[in-house]
Amino acid sequence: MKAPLSWIREYAALPDDVTADDLAHRLTALGLKLESLERPGHDLRGPLVVGRVLTMEPEPQKNGKTINWCTVDVGDANGTGEPQGIVCGAHNFAPGDLVVVILPGGVLPGPFEISARKTYGHVSAGMICSTRELGIGEDHGGILVLPPDAGAPGEDAIELLGLREDVIEMEINPDRAYALSLRGVAREAAMAYGVPFTDPAERDVPPADDAGWPVRIDDSEGCPVFVARTVSGFDPTAPTPDWMVRRLLHVGQRSISLAVDVTNYVMFELGRPIHGYDADKLTGTIGVRRARPGERLTTLDGQDRALDPEDLVVVDDSGLIGLGGVMGGETTEMSGTTTRIVVESAHWDAVSMFRTGRRHKLTSEAGRRNERGVDPRICEAAADRVATLLAELGGGTVEPGVTVVGAPPERPTIAMPVDLPARVTGMPIDSQTTVANLEAVGCEVDLGADELVAVVPSWRPDLADPFDLVEEVARVVGYEDVPSVLPSAPPGRGLTPAQALRRRVGRTMAGEGYVEVLSFPFIGSGDLDRLGVEPGDPRRQTLRLANPLSAEEPLMTTTLLPGLLRTVARNVSRGTSDLALFEAATVTFPHEGQGAPILGVDRRPTEGEWDDLVKAVPDQPLHLAFALAGDRDRAGWWGEGRPASWADVIETARLVAAALGLELTTRATTYAPWHPGRCAELLVPSGAGDVVVVGHAGELHPRVCRELGVPARTAVAELDLDALIARSVPPRAPDFSTYPVAKEDVALVVDADLPAAELAATLREGAGPLCEQVRLFDVYTGAQVAEGKKSLAFALRFRAPDRTLTEAETGEARDAAVALAAQRHGAVQR
Amino acid sequence: MSGPNSEYDPVQVTPLDEEHVEQMRDDALAAIAAAADLEQLKAVRTAHAGDRSPLALANREIGALPPAARKDAGRRVGQARAAVNQALAARQAELEVEAEARMLADETVDVTLPWDRRTRGARHPITMLAERIADVFVAMGWEVAEGPLVEAEWLNFDALNLGPDHPARTMQDTFWAEPAEHHLVLRTQTSPVQARTMLTRTPPIYVVSPGRVFRTDEYDATHSPMFHQVEGLVVDEGITMAHLKGTLDHFAAAMFGDGISTRFRPSYFPFTEPSAEVDLRCFVCRGLAPAVDDCRTCKGEGWIEWGGCGVVNPRVLVACGVDPARYTGFAFGMGIDRTLMFRHGVSDMRDMFEGDVRFSTPFGADL
Repeated sequence: MKAPLSWIREYAALPDDVTADDLAHRLTALGLKLESLERPGHDLRGPLVVGRVLTMEPEPQKNGKTINWCTVDVGDANGTGEPQGIVCGAHNFAPGDLVVVILPGGVLPGPFEISARKTYGHVSAGMICSTRELGIGEDHGGILVLPPDAGAPGEDAIELLGLREDVIEMEINPDRAYALSLRGVAREAAMAYGVPFTDPAERDVPPADDAGWPVRIDDSEGCPVFVARTVSGFDPTAPTPDWMVRRLLHVGQRSISLAVDVTNYVMFELGRPIHGYDADKLTGTIGVRRARPGERLTTLDGQDRALDPEDLVVVDDSGLIGLGGVMGGETTEMSGTTTRIVVESAHWDAVSMFRTGRRHKLTSEAGRRNERGVDPRICEAAADRVATLLAELGGGTVEPGVTVVGAPPERPTIAMPVDLPARVTGMPIDSQTTVANLEAVGCEVDLGADELVAVVPSWRPDLADPFDLVEEVARVVGYEDVPSVLPSAPPGRGLTPAQALRRRVGRTMAGEGYVEVLSFPFIGSGDLDRLGVEPGDPRRQTLRLANPLSAEEPLMTTTLLPGLLRTVARNVSRGTSDLALFEAATVTFPHEGQGAPILGVDRRPTEGEWDDLVKAVPDQPLHLAFALAGDRDRAGWWGEGRPASWADVIETARLVAAALGLELTTRATTYAPWHPGRCAELLVPSGAGDVVVVGHAGELHPRVCRELGVPARTAVAELDLDALIARSVPPRAPDFSTYPVAKEDVALVVDADLPAAELAATLREGAGPLCEQVRLFDVYTGAQVAEGKKSLAFALRFRAPDRTLTEAETGEARDAAVALAAQRHGAVQR
Repeated sequence: MSGPNSEYDPVQVTPLDEEHVEQMRDDALAAIAAAADLEQLKAVRTAHAGDRSPLALANREIGALPPAARKDAGRRVGQARAAVNQALAARQAELEVEAEARMLADETVDVTLPWDRRTRGARHPITMLAERIADVFVAMGWEVAEGPLVEAEWLNFDALNLGPDHPARTMQDTFWAEPAEHHLVLRTQTSPVQARTMLTRTPPIYVVSPGRVFRTDEYDATHSPMFHQVEGLVVDEGITMAHLKGTLDHFAAAMFGDGISTRFRPSYFPFTEPSAEVDLRCFVCRGLAPAVDDCRTCKGEGWIEWGGCGVVNPRVLVACGVDPARYTGFAFGMGIDRTLMFRHGVSDMRDMFEGDVRFSTPFGADL
């Protein structure tokens, strides 16, 4: 909302020395937040004066133009009192007219400095100005001719025309619709300075009678009040006065025609949208009702609209003539030939306005006000103001009939404990202040012993609860007076174990050299196709968005890999090719079923309702995904680099699990999007002796690398972090022996496809309780072993808790391990 | 020097006279001094202090002397051998120091060689800032509350006093899930966590909830469809706006330094009444002239818009089963991304979500 200071001053008796800056800051403190301060005309410098054209000699020029050599009486403004000689290119004036003259030394908006100059054979000592040159209008067709009684030659035109203005633009919150008018802004301004306010909506209006244009309301809920006034003899060619054009310009509204400008002007003045009909195009009674199924209307913007039975429409005997409160229809539109106007000042149900506006995607200054709530008690005043202005400025007359159908609703009352403002704000607000401040915002207050009853002003539909009144009282006192008191919370228990462990996982990843990324969770089915995810895969059970940001990505992702791999590709394309990235974020698995209920808000949901609601919300487990591309260890002066591999991501998974106190094991599997021969299922212990799959890791399928444009052999992992964290166990101090260790190495030849982990487990089992570690240190295939075989070399460590082991004991344990490996896997010692 | 004395005449043992012993000693000392390294010294040791060195042999011959001469000769030889051994030990120590110094000099490396075999890891600054914020509140005894990103419409809107026709629903354009009758949205704010908290805990409630939220904003330098908020909620007996102010002032000082406080401006949020915008005192210029005029952080305002807050609307308490006659509450919320932007000079929001490793790496693992 833009409000010119001069307009505010019309209703608020602000002291002369109040600056726009100060006012804007005080309004901000009251809740009308300063957006910007514009100062049109402040770059204008005089002498800019009223002049009377004395003579005007047309002089045709060689270039085909005709210029006028004028002498203009500018009083004493030029210091001599002699007529000023000025060359002027415009012709829309005559000797005797009052015009605006800028004298040499003056500066016009631009800035353009004016000096006496030789042109067309004369010395032109100044310029006769157009509205555009003065920065107060668009009309460049001719110079500005002032009304005959505008002023005397030599009088300062800057002051006279109000060429300098301060326009305060404010951000208006949706609850303060009243501030979408000068009436509302000025009321707040008066309150800010404690000065009198003159309500422009308070005007004597003629009483309703039966002589006005006939109106019938069939839906008094949708349209409680409809006021109609008629103006006849209107001159459609009458121009909008400059002052009105200027003010409309300042509030951001282009001038269109006098009739339209007047309705707009009053809307900005009073906050009430007004509609004008060409009376000669109206047929019979104006009616208001809801639209019927299948009805259509072509609105002023030329759009043919299918109406909804909830839409409020205005009709006459010819049919639909407008979308009530939102936009008029084409058939009754005011035009350049309109001489008789029916002024509609109707109050519309805000919710209907909101819904219709959204349904038809119509936003307008009128709609913005109607859907937020307009003062229902000023319908008559606004209609009268519009009719009067139309008659005054358009040379017509207001017809005597006054139609008023319906009545505004009663103003609601709110009862509030007198001490509530103090209790809620923590400020020492007494009952006197409370009453005074409520009255300042327009309430009528009846103060009792412990309770007050406030009658809410008609322009404040937002005030409904005692707490709404508290805010009014508090903002008038001033939020800067709210004291600062730190509340003392009861002792808390810190982060939950899960919260702490998530942080630990993040630090572990960063410690391993991975960089965290945050990706949008949106994917398309193509993303899953490219990963090779099969149709029946649970990752295909996605939640779809009704209004996605991009039509290609309408799904909530079920895996972090698409976003992560996109990020890999982006980094590679930007020149970083050795990458370690990770992301920890939730993925979404929707439920089948009824969906979430919309519950009441007047009470707590029942247990059953709450259960239904919670169950309807999709499962959103926290996943951890990470990717390695390029070299894990870079090449350098120290030697060769080491490319990242499937084994590195498994190592990282192991470390993450270890950070959570879990020993992670792996098992070969095939799973998209991994290389079928290089994919591990990641398992952690779950319950007694059981394991559970918590994710997958390995090298990406080469086809996936190609399709996604990530480096060949990119290795990735994805884990269900919630599942890991849920099984996390705090570390226990181990019992360890301080007796010497005994070491034995064994190399076993087994079938090439025997998983090393299986053989290790067998050795461990066979070696018995004296064995404290089995560690694989070499894998060999080649000439020394038979085709289809491999040799695995293990280091075994033995130790007893209570003694030094003898060689015989160690050897026995080792032999038992080898024997079990031979029995179970056909392993042969090398 | 005397050779092996297998056949000497014991009476004529001249090598044991004083002159002779001194000669042997001086020869030994000269050889020790001349040894240039540990290798040479080893040879000298063998030659002059070994079992077959002249002094050792001389020592053996003492027994052959007449008893009267043994004492003198024994003393002479003993003194000479002691002098030689002492010199040997001294020279040994000297040469060891020299040898080590030489070895250390030989092992000198170019310590300016780059060592970047493995690049540095980093957590995302938004994650870390969210944790840091949470820690400020946890230190006061608050707890961290959480909720899902895909949320029930009722919790995101209705329970927070945003009815189906509330104008505020258009203010925050919402991602809706299909089918519409399932009433699921991507949460547009962290406030549904407030509702969840009130519905699952009993007052006193002191919680902070950082998290990810979504709105259908275009993606540009200052807007993102995904961003992060932190929200605080207190429900207790006797809670006032003053407690809200005190909490935010403490929060501001904890995050931006002593003396950095907040100010309130009246505003509107459906879930709070009264409501306020929170401005943060600019932590760069502190609003002080003349620095404030050129301050790029607050753009000359002296204050930075930080978030919204207010007293929990009693309607919200009712919908969430809290007795408004007994309890009052306050809530506040601010953008973590925005806070990161002005606290750490991030100029383009997209940098935070594109995952370019050059963005996050400098932030390391803790903020």
